[in-house]
Amino acid sequence: MGSYVPSTADERKQMLNAVGLSSMDDLYSDVPSNVKLDSLNLPSGKSELTVAAEMEELADKNVVFKSIFRGAGSYNHYIPAIVKSVTSKEEFLTAYTPYQAEVSQGILQSIFEYQTMICELTGMDVSNASVYDGASAAAEAVAMCKDRKRTKALISATAHPHVIQTVQTYCMGAGTECIVVPAKDGKTDMEALGSLLEDKGVACVYVQQPNFYGQMEDCDGVSALAHDKGAKFIMGCNPIALAIMKTPKECGADIAVGEGQPLGMPMAFGGPYLGFMAATKAMMRKLPGRIVGETVDVHGERAFVLTLQAREQHIRREKASSNICSNQALCALTASVYMTAMGKEGMQEAATQCLSKAHYLADQLTSIDGVDLVYTGEYFHEFVTTCPVDKEVLLKELEKEGILGGYPIEEGILWCTTEKNTKAQIDALVSAVRRVVK
Amino acid sequence: MKLIFEKSREGIGCSILPDCDVPVCSLSDGQKRQEAWKLPQIAEVDISRHYKELVKRVHGVNDGFYPLGSCTMKYNPQVNEEMAKLPGFTGIHPLQPADTVQGCLSVIKELETDLCEITGMDGMTMQPAAGAHGEFTGLLLIKAYLQAKGETKRTKIIVPDSAHGTNPASASMAGFDIVNIPSNEEGCVDLEALRAAVGEDTAGLMLTNPNTVGIFDKNILDITSIIHEAGGLCYYDGANLNAIMGIVRPGDMGFDVIHLNLHKTFSTPHGGGGPGAGAVGCKEFLKPFLPDDYVVETESGLAMVTPEQTIGRVKEFYGNFLVVVKALAYVKTLGKEGIPEASSNAVLNANYMRVCLKDTYDMAYEGICMHEFVMTLEKLHHDKDVSALDVAKMLLDNGIHPPTMYFPLIVHEALMVEPTETESKETLDHAVEVFKKIYATAMENPEILHQCPMTTPVGRLDEVRAARNPVLKYE
Repeated sequence: MGSYVPSTADERKQMLNAVGLSSMDDLYSDVPSNVKLDSLNLPSGKSELTVAAEMEELADKNVVFKSIFRGAGSYNHYIPAIVKSVTSKEEFLTAYTPYQAEVSQGILQSIFEYQTMICELTGMDVSNASVYDGASAAAEAVAMCKDRKRTKALISATAHPHVIQTVQTYCMGAGTECIVVPAKDGKTDMEALGSLLEDKGVACVYVQQPNFYGQMEDCDGVSALAHDKGAKFIMGCNPIALAIMKTPKECGADIAVGEGQPLGMPMAFGGPYLGFMAATKAMMRKLPGRIVGETVDVHGERAFVLTLQAREQHIRREKASSNICSNQALCALTASVYMTAMGKEGMQEAATQCLSKAHYLADQLTSIDGVDLVYTGEYFHEFVTTCPVDKEVLLKELEKEGILGGYPIEEGILWCTTEKNTKAQIDALVSAVRRVVK
Repeated sequence: MKLIFEKSREGIGCSILPDCDVPVCSLSDGQKRQEAWKLPQIAEVDISRHYKELVKRVHGVNDGFYPLGSCTMKYNPQVNEEMAKLPGFTGIHPLQPADTVQGCLSVIKELETDLCEITGMDGMTMQPAAGAHGEFTGLLLIKAYLQAKGETKRTKIIVPDSAHGTNPASASMAGFDIVNIPSNEEGCVDLEALRAAVGEDTAGLMLTNPNTVGIFDKNILDITSIIHEAGGLCYYDGANLNAIMGIVRPGDMGFDVIHLNLHKTFSTPHGGGGPGAGAVGCKEFLKPFLPDDYVVETESGLAMVTPEQTIGRVKEFYGNFLVVVKALAYVKTLGKEGIPEASSNAVLNANYMRVCLKDTYDMAYEGICMHEFVMTLEKLHHDKDVSALDVAKMLLDNGIHPPTMYFPLIVHEALMVEPTETESKETLDHAVEVFKKIYATAMENPEILHQCPMTTPVGRLDEVRAARNPVLKYE
């Protein structure tokens, strides 16, 4: 129906004449005729109304849960209205990477502000302008640490499975040996980590805080072990938890990475999300991707520009620190507006509510016979319980009541709360579980 | 203008959350944050005004012509944005049971089917987040396939010197050695150089066709057979697919694996640098190696499976899903007629501009171009000391976003112009006029160009200072 082409048939004819051709087909005379297509086997184009109706029909085939107790890498936080209104602005939405700084100051400044906020949040010295997501951020961080002598990477088994798998894939590409550090009682096995670090070929250790099971790791300990053996420490962080938990800087991390989705991005079936990455000043020139820096213009006025580009693929080609070109700029903007709207106190409040509600839920759930905490260490907003009945049966029953229960994993069920879960929702969940378990 | 941190005032903020309705807990002292930190403290009205002030300092596609070569800055239809905001898509947890996400899985499967038809591929993953991410994924498919066949000595990827920088960078990340081959005088693959480069160590070739100088390589079938005969695979960089959709398919040209930039060809916006989506398509024999979580049809509906010999996962979950939603809305709107119509009009617009400008500016290559063309300002630079950069900066003063500068690397003082199909003849005529006016100024009074831009929010920047003395955050 439409191709959003704004020229008339007559104008096209004029343009063809100017080019000296008589038909649109003539434009493709270099295409070998034996592979030229007659037509595509697709439906005809449709009107906007029809397309909207078809897309809405697809959206309606999904179940939107009102009451969500599932996290495991994607979190149902409240998104302030101002976040959505700012990020819908067409200029932010439709511009390309800010190559032409003079007409891109709005984007460049917003990224500079984002970089500042990520540094504040993590305590680190330098942030880049974002990468694809938390998993690719972890993989890129591993690549930053590798050198000629140190070619192995350690990743804790307690990290999100998708992060482990992504790091493994990147390592497979780069020829880096990736070793998974075993877990013990739902946390990184420190003894095993210590012995793996005896190998002088280890470049880095990745540990996630809080980890996949919601448990708080001993990141000070990991950092000390790694640095004692000359390896780098990469800390994966939940950005909401960072408002109240010991920062990567305080733990002595060399690189902080994480999944930025909790900072104002909807769950959206897994994306687009945001990979944030910050490092010590010593590692600044190894960071992948775009970085915005402050400078002045010819009039001496403050201005912002993409900088340290000698690291990047368009200059260094095969010797670049990464191949990344497009990043998640609009998601970085989303995170900035989110952090601004929430403010430091608002983020601390959100983090405290996540923590408090998880503990309230855990207390209530474990009052049910057969429901016990699998791991007994300190946790943030996720925890694992046993389930006295078939997990799938329980979760299906909850679904019937409009509740998306915890995520079923081998050890039991991984529950999660955010500030959006009210006490009433939690109580309703607990009664429902109690009914099913009986 | 002020940074948002400079607008911060103690005691101001937005009221977003209710009081906590359960007993309040805290972390243990050993896990608690001690370090002080700051975020802006600002009222909502001032947040709103801050970002409004920022967008006034941005040139988006809705602000005016944006012929940024190789980036396909076409108009981003509003209906696509609206569809991506449906709560039935945004409110879905990625780890919901399959029977509660049939709509999301349909979006992925439908788009896969449509894009396979458009590209001549047999399977596609939506997981990669961007073009370069797609390249990396596609190259890992090649690597895994060769390893499965025991052909571990095939370690080299051939890349023409005109290629996007991401091509060699991605090949390097995938663990390949890079063999650069020079282009011939027409800007195309030099068949003799290619024949000389292939051998028992060839893993594959990465190529974009039309290439980065905007020319369709008419020897494409010879090129792909040279690679196949040598035992390698052919990778198609889909950055330039907007020239040939519905006209000819990479799969029919002999390519085995491709990536598409949904944020270029399929009209999803760039967001000031991302998120994009780098769907990767492949022929049947590579499907077992696709990334984890591939959507298939089963008796009980759509489901996700792990392909038998998967390369693993390149990302969390299933890709930039909302970008996939937008691309599907776009393909549905265009349909079988609209898709080739978009491409042929993109090519027509580029040729029209090229012809209008060729008596004024030197074209790097003669003849019909595809969706973009490359000018060389070498002579102007030599004669008048006016560079491609200078012309770009004067375009800014005329409300036009400049073309891509200094790329491809094989053309000196290059300006690469890609008008796209969503620009009218009127817009193109106006741009041509501006380009000619700039040329006349360069001839008569070249000094003026060195002072441009003069009407933008800031003047030319001191980039050297930014790099030498990096200030990367506000303190």
